[in-house]
Amino acid sequence: MKLRLVILLTLLIFFIVNINGQDLKSPGVISGNIQTIGQYYQEDSIINAALPEHLYGFNGFANINYQKGDFRAGIRYESYLNTLEGYPTSFSGTGIGYRYLSWKSDNVGITIGNFYDQFGSGMIFRAYEERQLGIDNSLDGIRLTFQPVNGLFLKGMVGKQRHVFMDGLVNGNGIIRAFDSELNLNELLDSSNSWKFKATIGGSFVSKFNTDNNTSFFDLPKNVGASSIRLNLRYNKIRFSGEYVHKINDPYPDNQDSRFNYIYKNGEGVLLNLGYSTKGFAVDFSAKHMDNMLWRSTNVNVGPTDLLIGYLPALTKQHTYNLAATLYPYATNFYGEIAYQLDVLYKIPKKSFLGGKYGTSIALNFATAHVPERNFIEDMETTRTSYTSSVFSRSDSILLQDFNVEIKRKINKKLNISLNYFNFIFNDDAVKVANYYKMIYAQIAVMDLTYKINRHHSLRFETQAMWTNEDKGDWLFGQIEYTFSPHWYIAILDQYNSGNEDLKKRVHYGLISAGYINGSHRFSFQYGKQRAGVFCVGGVCRAVPASNGLTFSFTSSF
Amino acid sequence: MKKLLFLFYFSLFNFVIYSQLPNINLKDVNGNNKNLSKLSNNGNPIIISFWATWCKPCKAELNTIAEEYDDWVDETGVKLIAISIDDARSSSRVEPYINVQGWDYMVLLDPNGDCKRAMNVNNVPHTFLINGSGKIVWDHNNYSIGDEDELYEELVKISK
Repeated sequence: MKLRLVILLTLLIFFIVNINGQDLKSPGVISGNIQTIGQYYQEDSIINAALPEHLYGFNGFANINYQKGDFRAGIRYESYLNTLEGYPTSFSGTGIGYRYLSWKSDNVGITIGNFYDQFGSGMIFRAYEERQLGIDNSLDGIRLTFQPVNGLFLKGMVGKQRHVFMDGLVNGNGIIRAFDSELNLNELLDSSNSWKFKATIGGSFVSKFNTDNNTSFFDLPKNVGASSIRLNLRYNKIRFSGEYVHKINDPYPDNQDSRFNYIYKNGEGVLLNLGYSTKGFAVDFSAKHMDNMLWRSTNVNVGPTDLLIGYLPALTKQHTYNLAATLYPYATNFYGEIAYQLDVLYKIPKKSFLGGKYGTSIALNFATAHVPERNFIEDMETTRTSYTSSVFSRSDSILLQDFNVEIKRKINKKLNISLNYFNFIFNDDAVKVANYYKMIYAQIAVMDLTYKINRHHSLRFETQAMWTNEDKGDWLFGQIEYTFSPHWYIAILDQYNSGNEDLKKRVHYGLISAGYINGSHRFSFQYGKQRAGVFCVGGVCRAVPASNGLTFSFTSSF
Repeated sequence: MKKLLFLFYFSLFNFVIYSQLPNINLKDVNGNNKNLSKLSNNGNPIIISFWATWCKPCKAELNTIAEEYDDWVDETGVKLIAISIDDARSSSRVEPYINVQGWDYMVLLDPNGDCKRAMNVNNVPHTFLINGSGKIVWDHNNYSIGDEDELYEELVKISK
């Protein structure tokens, strides 16, 4: 099977090179990248890090792309030997997980094999990869893109979704057909692109076909369609964007809550964004209404991130400071939520009294998410729509509130300072991330100092503190990082659960990390205990799962 | 004369440009479509820097370069293209951020990672230096304080 694929690819590349009819002396360009992570695990009962049977984990990826003129072809070889702890266990073995061939001229494009794509914000359709989290729902099929006139973009595709990896790509059973159109009025009508007013409109239709059914009680629809419209407007410094998605009945099992078990209600999503920004000042407001928008290519129970067709963006800021990012992270509730977010950014001008010599940046962010107001109608024996709801009508039941402020200032040529404050209200009864299942009220303060010793050497200090009476109580965090540009870094950090009610659990999560960078090659190791979250050291951010032990990683591109 | 020579050079090696930068449509923050393979800088160097609003080192790198950017442009004619990999969750933060910071870069959006994939970027920040004939001559997958000096030295080398 694999051999056949390689032969087929080689033949096709050869064919492409020939029909392209270009200078055969220019053989095209081969490029790629490699990423490997190896972990050696140690048991740690205090932080609930169990020792896996296989002791070592290893994930490896290598992309190899070939490009000649308008043609591209490529494969990704993947290895999970054994899968890293925290990664989906449905990834195992070694083999080819992605392969494609594509041809793209000025206005026509064809892709055969695996591809990623997104319509609008992705609510109706997003095929994407988030390798660090083990998300990959690339479509395996055919995609055509066509630009009949300037400013009009049409896309059509059909395929199956990547589901798991077992010595190679394993697709789900469902078939997805998706069509998208987008019209940029300015590019269509105004070739000089001089108007202050700009408008783009778009529309999509996505349908799935699947016969997966684990229940004999219900007759599940085999074809489910969703459609969306979107609009982007801009006048000078003001911009507006809106998107509306409607999905017909698409019942999924819920073993925990019978009110959502195989319900035949239509799904609905609204996303609005209004912003004004100019040099030194910006204000941005977003609103989201999401109801019954679980959207998978199968109607049976699968892993939480498996076979998703749509992407439901969380309306919160993605935090990067360890305590703020890793303890109570928020993701959109599939069943529904009403969320709002406001951002205000201001840069106090340089050489002013408050701004100092270099200016001072202030960023305010406020986000809320609530459960929608649902009126349960007890029709579970008949129409099974379960409840009624209306757009942007929210209940008192809060899912999340996040207020945070950041102040950044360059004190002098050598010293930079950043101060952050976070205030969270987190409903773990609904979100179920901390396994506390009650409301959590937490405050976090962060001070981040960077000191440039000389041209190549710099030091960074980071201290964080979290105060809460709930869950695991207070936390302290400290980090010292020394970098020697452009090749080396070393960092030592510690997290301490200082306020845990259980005195035995007042433990230190210590970690040492070091790395060597040479151009696009990067080698690093870490030893110690680590919590899950977005982790930034030595200049790169990655999302990582919790672990205890030794980690080696190597990334490179060529 | 130097410019003319560059133009000549540029037209000679036009096909190389197509083979080095991917044929991908990206939107800028104003919603205009830009094809990466067709962006040129009249034979002058281009810096492409992949970043995200949630990536502190990326912002540190681009803010540091911003302080010296006018000088770099005067000396070398360079153009910096900052490609944001923010997805739908955070892509609306890009324009407010760059306006408030006052960056003079061309900023493009890559919300589904198509360009990131095509340019073999593992993680951000990843910065490429592209010479006047469209060839990648230097890249660096990291930012620590001082790295901008190395980039500047490489930039001066290819601008001579």
